[in-house]
Amino acid sequence: MKDIIGKSHRSNLTKTGKQRRLLMKGAAATVAAGTITGAPMIWAQNIKNVTLRQFGTGVSNLNDVADKVKEDLGFTLEMTALDSDSVTQRAATQPKSFDIADIEYWICKKVWPAGNLQAMDTSRIDNYDKIVGIFRDGKLTPESTIAQGTAPHSVGFVDGPEGKEFVDNESGWMTLIPTIYNADTLGIRPDLIGRDISTWAELLNPEFKGKASILDISSIGIMDAAMVCEAMGEISYGDKGNMTREEIDKTMAIFTEAKKNGQFRAFWKSFDESVNLMSSGEVVIQSMWSPAITAVRAKGIPCVYQPLKEGYRSWGGGLGLSKNLSGLELDAAYEYINWYLSGWVGGYLMRQGYYSAVPETSKNFMSEDEWGFWFEGKPAQGDIVNPQGVVMEKAGATRDGGSFEERMGSVACWNAVMDENQYMVRKWNEFIAA
Amino acid sequence: MTLILSFFLLLPVIAIFAVSFWQSTAYSYSPAFIFENYEFLLSSPVTLSVYIKTLMFTGITWACCLLIGFTVAYFLAFHVRSLPIQIGLFLLCTVPFWTSNIIRMISWIPFLGRNGIANNTLLELGLIDKPLEWLLFSDFAVILAFVHLFTLFMIVPIFNSMMRLDRSLIEAAVDAGASGWQVLCNVIIPLTKPGIMIGSIFVITLVMGDFITVRFMSGGQSASVGRVISNEIALLQYPAASASAVILLLTVLIMIGILLRFVDIRKEL
Repeated sequence: MKDIIGKSHRSNLTKTGKQRRLLMKGAAATVAAGTITGAPMIWAQNIKNVTLRQFGTGVSNLNDVADKVKEDLGFTLEMTALDSDSVTQRAATQPKSFDIADIEYWICKKVWPAGNLQAMDTSRIDNYDKIVGIFRDGKLTPESTIAQGTAPHSVGFVDGPEGKEFVDNESGWMTLIPTIYNADTLGIRPDLIGRDISTWAELLNPEFKGKASILDISSIGIMDAAMVCEAMGEISYGDKGNMTREEIDKTMAIFTEAKKNGQFRAFWKSFDESVNLMSSGEVVIQSMWSPAITAVRAKGIPCVYQPLKEGYRSWGGGLGLSKNLSGLELDAAYEYINWYLSGWVGGYLMRQGYYSAVPETSKNFMSEDEWGFWFEGKPAQGDIVNPQGVVMEKAGATRDGGSFEERMGSVACWNAVMDENQYMVRKWNEFIAA
Repeated sequence: MTLILSFFLLLPVIAIFAVSFWQSTAYSYSPAFIFENYEFLLSSPVTLSVYIKTLMFTGITWACCLLIGFTVAYFLAFHVRSLPIQIGLFLLCTVPFWTSNIIRMISWIPFLGRNGIANNTLLELGLIDKPLEWLLFSDFAVILAFVHLFTLFMIVPIFNSMMRLDRSLIEAAVDAGASGWQVLCNVIIPLTKPGIMIGSIFVITLVMGDFITVRFMSGGQSASVGRVISNEIALLQYPAASASAVILLLTVLIMIGILLRFVDIRKEL
């Protein structure tokens, strides 16, 4: 079925190809003039038959987005949600199974060399200039220092459409178009802990024996582990995002000992597991992701995304295009990306606690109060509801960690993939089996 | 038949065997003929501890399944007299299997949790004064789930063997003055051996190859051979995963070989 549709596109394409280019220029001009319509183009008849297959982590693979794409752009977006490991696996080994890969930057570093993705021409991205600095030159503000780990800008550009090597400047060819990102920290149950938590070291505090958890995704788990060990003063790292074998050994030794002493209640691998662990009270302190906190709170259970003095472990995701995309489907993909950055999705995701790559367009799709609460860290004027309409926060509440600048400005390291990745994975497996 | 078997069984096994000699980096792998995968696997202390753990799970689960399965089958076959009730009760055993085994497994989690039904009930009865931590996310939980999931695979073949057992043999034994216990040990058990063996093969292969139950019920804290393989696949280490799979296959084949030495299933069926 897919094949038949694909073929009919290709035959149509020869007719519309040139016309389409012209339209693109026109469209870019309109959008640049400030009217973000998100409305389908004249070639909508043609593009309606397009189906783009996107896969990624559950974080941003939302059916609401697919529905809105159908409504605004007219074509079909099929979403598949997987865990980080499966995402990596698919991006690296099954290029024909997807059109758009929604992956994280550290995954990009790992799978880009496999050659299944194509770089994107930034001149076709309408809001490129408005993308937050973190994804372009690496700096949030001109004074910012770049955190450790795989900072998004370092794997964000290649030297050409076929480029295999990452370059350190804005070359005009982007690997991933940034979509969402956030600063992660520990989640806690303030009602069950009953005192202030201010450092990562608390994760291994014997006080929480049998009530702590860490995520079992080696590449991220090791970072949280490193944040903890550094905070405890046990190890000081050269670069937490690129540890030496000795640093890995020491880190895993500390965690293995804690595991043997019964510090951990469980390890979690997927978002919903972390929500269940926290809301059932099995765990009172653990590595957690922002929407998981929101999900726990939505059940009426107190849960805080605790800002810690050592800073955040941050991550960012983006959309990459499959090498197999061409012609009309490629045009549709660009159209989708431009739509993605035009604000609706950004607003949607920001109301879940993430940040959008182009905050200023998202602002148009959020109420002033929502923008103040989620982005500026101001106290909520009225009840803050999530995209599904569930009340997340009562009036008067402020966001854990404060404003965008405060949170994204205190990133200690980015999710990363290390040179010693294979060694680290083996050590991590030993830790899990210990 | 040969064609189907060779296509769906033999070919994949050969492919796995071949890939187990390939080489790999963090995100790619390529054909080669190296023994590194096996060398690492057979020299790693993790392998040994994981195998010991898996064999422990297998052993305990097998014993529990056998005990429960045999008792249930015995009750159904010899204590329930009327055929309709027998069939009705047998179907009742299969009711839980109408839902997916993942659901059946996950249902244990809220039940066994720190604030779960089991702990709350025990607390209210005054039997314990603080929640039992080892009920969930422990080896106990893993084995409990295994037994729950796999006992039916023991009941069915044993029940089948018992139903085919010639009742006059039991009468003869009783007439000859055998006690109930003697009848059980000298007549019923030997004659239901094929059923027991088939059930055992099911249970052992299922437990040895499992990864999802161990992950969920131990809260990710225990490792089994299946989990190691699934981790390796997740991390794109296909050659290493293949090597682990080959070793696991050999282990299971040896175990089944030993089992089959006790009973010649072909002859007994």
